[in-house]
Amino acid sequence: MMPVRTMLMSDAASGLCLVFILLVPLAAAGLALINTGLGRSRSAAYAMFSSLCAVSVAALAYLVCGFAWQGYAGGVEHSLILGSKHWSWIGTGPFFLRHVTLDGSPPSLVALLGIVSVGLAALIPLGSGADRWKLSGICISTALLAGWTYPLFAHWVWGGWLAQLGANYGLGQGFLDTGGASTIQVVGGLTALAIAWILGARRGKYSTEGMPSAIPGHNSVFVLFGCMLTLVGWWGLNAAGAVLYQGAEPGAAVLVALNTFFCAVAGAMTAAVVTHTRFGKPDASLTANGWVGGLAASSAACLFVRPPAAVAIGLVAGILVVFSVEWLELRLSVDDPGGAVSAHAIGGMWGLISAGFLAHVPGTTDSQQWLAQLVGVATLVGFVLPLTYGLNWLLDRFQPQRVPPQGEREGMDMHELGAGAYPELVTHGEEFSGR
Amino acid sequence: MKLLGFLLLVAGWLIVLSALALLGGAGPQAAFILAGVGVEVLGLVIVVRAHMTGEHP
Repeated sequence: MMPVRTMLMSDAASGLCLVFILLVPLAAAGLALINTGLGRSRSAAYAMFSSLCAVSVAALAYLVCGFAWQGYAGGVEHSLILGSKHWSWIGTGPFFLRHVTLDGSPPSLVALLGIVSVGLAALIPLGSGADRWKLSGICISTALLAGWTYPLFAHWVWGGWLAQLGANYGLGQGFLDTGGASTIQVVGGLTALAIAWILGARRGKYSTEGMPSAIPGHNSVFVLFGCMLTLVGWWGLNAAGAVLYQGAEPGAAVLVALNTFFCAVAGAMTAAVVTHTRFGKPDASLTANGWVGGLAASSAACLFVRPPAAVAIGLVAGILVVFSVEWLELRLSVDDPGGAVSAHAIGGMWGLISAGFLAHVPGTTDSQQWLAQLVGVATLVGFVLPLTYGLNWLLDRFQPQRVPPQGEREGMDMHELGAGAYPELVTHGEEFSGR
Repeated sequence: MKLLGFLLLVAGWLIVLSALALLGGAGPQAAFILAGVGVEVLGLVIVVRAHMTGEHP
């Protein structure tokens, strides 16, 4: 057990950082609206309700043990010694934030940012489990994510062995992730993939021959307004991460905000152009996914690139999101109504990889930065995906996470809440004739 | 098959970690990290295919 480096911040920087962090819940509101709009009308109230529950459970789990295991600079941690190098692998502070003075100090800001970030990560799997994921399953799965998976990986990225790859092994500056492209977006996206696999497709989504049918989202206005909210939240997320985790001056928030914005718009415009070219008209839901994919990609290197590079990152993210949504649905039989796997997992991974080639930390050489980023992505795929799948698979053995067929037929609003979001609408059931 | 795929994912990650801890030179280290990623890709393909055929671990 050993203390890690300490953090120092001016009062002005602390105040600005607090403002940045208080913007982040807008990203959660945006994601909740996007998930709701991309789901069915008969599950709309449940989608918003379960989002509120997920954010709440995530905050509580993180309060109980999550922050203790994530730790902060200057806190205590467990390290393994491998080949004379220290590998910091988990924080060891007391539970319930008992060791943190909640006065605007850097550890208190890290705790606050962690609480809102883990809520954001918890919302991502709701997109892939839409219209069929029980409330009890959502709450327990979220507690596992916020209490164990997220804090453990966040410790590795922001102070742990992944961050030390530069100092220990000369891999660039160590694994770079300014605003949570890996810890929030890819961890949430891989959990979304695990949930989609465990729950299976919605009834009526695939014919007995395996051909998918389109189940369009019920409210594009929610989806597109959600996109606008996410931008503001992401500005706060990336700027706060830059100041707290990368030690940037608050003035760097201008560069971070510009890069975040350019990634998002490039992702959305690319998705719109690609869908227009392929289908004759731009697709609103895929364009929204392109926007979110650009935002997810922006979080990795937003502090270390110039705006033209940010545009390039967003452009590729938009292309990847559009084609991966189609690929997952048509080729891999993954029913992901919210596009969470494509936008968050694939968009985030692209952001991390691109940081290896495009990021430049002033005053340093960037030799082998790509290898540090590759080690981080390999850890996400080789450790986080089996971990989150295993935890949710075990949970499903003891507490089945999918609603019974009747629940899907009558809609999650009626089945789980007893009242619909739009009581004046008639519920149709034609799509259940196929399966 | 799904279990095998997940085991390959973890095995690939362990190869990556071993390359970091045991190998000194930049070339061999990069080669073994890429090999570990290759094993992970293989594991992911198996997991995906097992899911498509409806198997459970």
